[in-house]
Amino acid sequence: MASAKEMKSVLFGPIFANNPIALQILGVCSALAVTSKMTNTLVMCIALTAVVAASNFFISIIRNHIPSSVRIIVQMTIIASLVIVVDQVLRAYAYEISRELSVFVGLIITNCIVMGRAEAYAMKSTPFMSLLDGIGNGLGYSIVLLVVGFIRELFGSGSLFDVQIMPLVSEGGWYEPVGLLLMPPSAFFIIGGFIWVLRTFRPEQVEPKE
Amino acid sequence: MEQYINLFIRAIFIENLALSFFLGMCTFLAVSKKVKTAFGLGVAVIVVLGISVPVNNLVYHNILAPGALDWAGFPDADLSFLRFLTFIGVIAALVQILEMALDKYVPALYNALGIFLPLITVNCAIFGGVSFMVERDYNFGESVVYGIGSGVGWCLAIVALAAVREKLKYADVPDGLRGLGATFMSVGLIGLGFMSFSGVSL
Repeated sequence: MASAKEMKSVLFGPIFANNPIALQILGVCSALAVTSKMTNTLVMCIALTAVVAASNFFISIIRNHIPSSVRIIVQMTIIASLVIVVDQVLRAYAYEISRELSVFVGLIITNCIVMGRAEAYAMKSTPFMSLLDGIGNGLGYSIVLLVVGFIRELFGSGSLFDVQIMPLVSEGGWYEPVGLLLMPPSAFFIIGGFIWVLRTFRPEQVEPKE
Repeated sequence: MEQYINLFIRAIFIENLALSFFLGMCTFLAVSKKVKTAFGLGVAVIVVLGISVPVNNLVYHNILAPGALDWAGFPDADLSFLRFLTFIGVIAALVQILEMALDKYVPALYNALGIFLPLITVNCAIFGGVSFMVERDYNFGESVVYGIGSGVGWCLAIVALAAVREKLKYADVPDGLRGLGATFMSVGLIGLGFMSFSGVSL
């Protein structure tokens, strides 16, 4: 059994030291489009973390029985089934949100983090450690998304989780919302800035000059 | 006819898969260092989207949609919950077939596109295009136009980004921003440019 220290590094490493989005460019794909509101962002983060953790766990359990020539297909099937479960649960209990997330729940299947972790970690580690690794990477992804969502919703529409924090000018308040933040390109600027801040504090992540 | 042209233009500029829906970002950022490779990948995406969107449209409307199995004697069947699994399977199979066919009949093209094809199976742009086709309820004709149009849009975006990145090499970027950070910022700026098309209506 792995030591407590190792478990800690597997769980918390991906959050800052080895963040899947900021460092490995994995999984930025779909989810940025859902970050204009905190509620949607949070649901997306929970859905993704659940899928990564579960897929890592199940793939790790059967890792010794998967022939390597068909492993991608096997992993895909497991991930797709898990996403179907998540999608059905969302439709049943949070229909409004699932409508707003539209195709992006399905896109968790092709999210590179899920495939990447299954391939890189779960295929050669014990189930429990893989579960931790999945949760850790899910959290690393969530933190970037939540930061982006926080900035976009707070400054873009003056609210958080649909609760008005700063009253808008149009409704008699004082805050003039930044319309740009509600548009897709703003997410790129915020992530670019996030990476900049992260690398300022962790200079070892700076890319070498070409 | 007009409606198809309208859809085509919309798929390329206004609803660009990469820039307004963030689809296919992983490969978009990873394979955009050189214009030549970016173009190869872009063409591969056009081909795969152009084939897989219409094929999945047929699969969905004839097998998975609620009531679609009427022809087989199951008018009440609703298999639409299986769609993610089916689409991924269909896309993976198509890419595999395409790869083998290219290898056999057009080796020159295979050498150019071959390395990109496996990457494309898990490219969110393909899966996203297919999901949008289902969600927006396109018919067969529209799905052909939409598939090709969104592929062209994605290709345009990645070539533009690669061209920017080739020049960006000579820029003096702050340490923390070098590489990935600057790339994100450039994608945002290109995206802003594309937003100006959103007022265009045909």
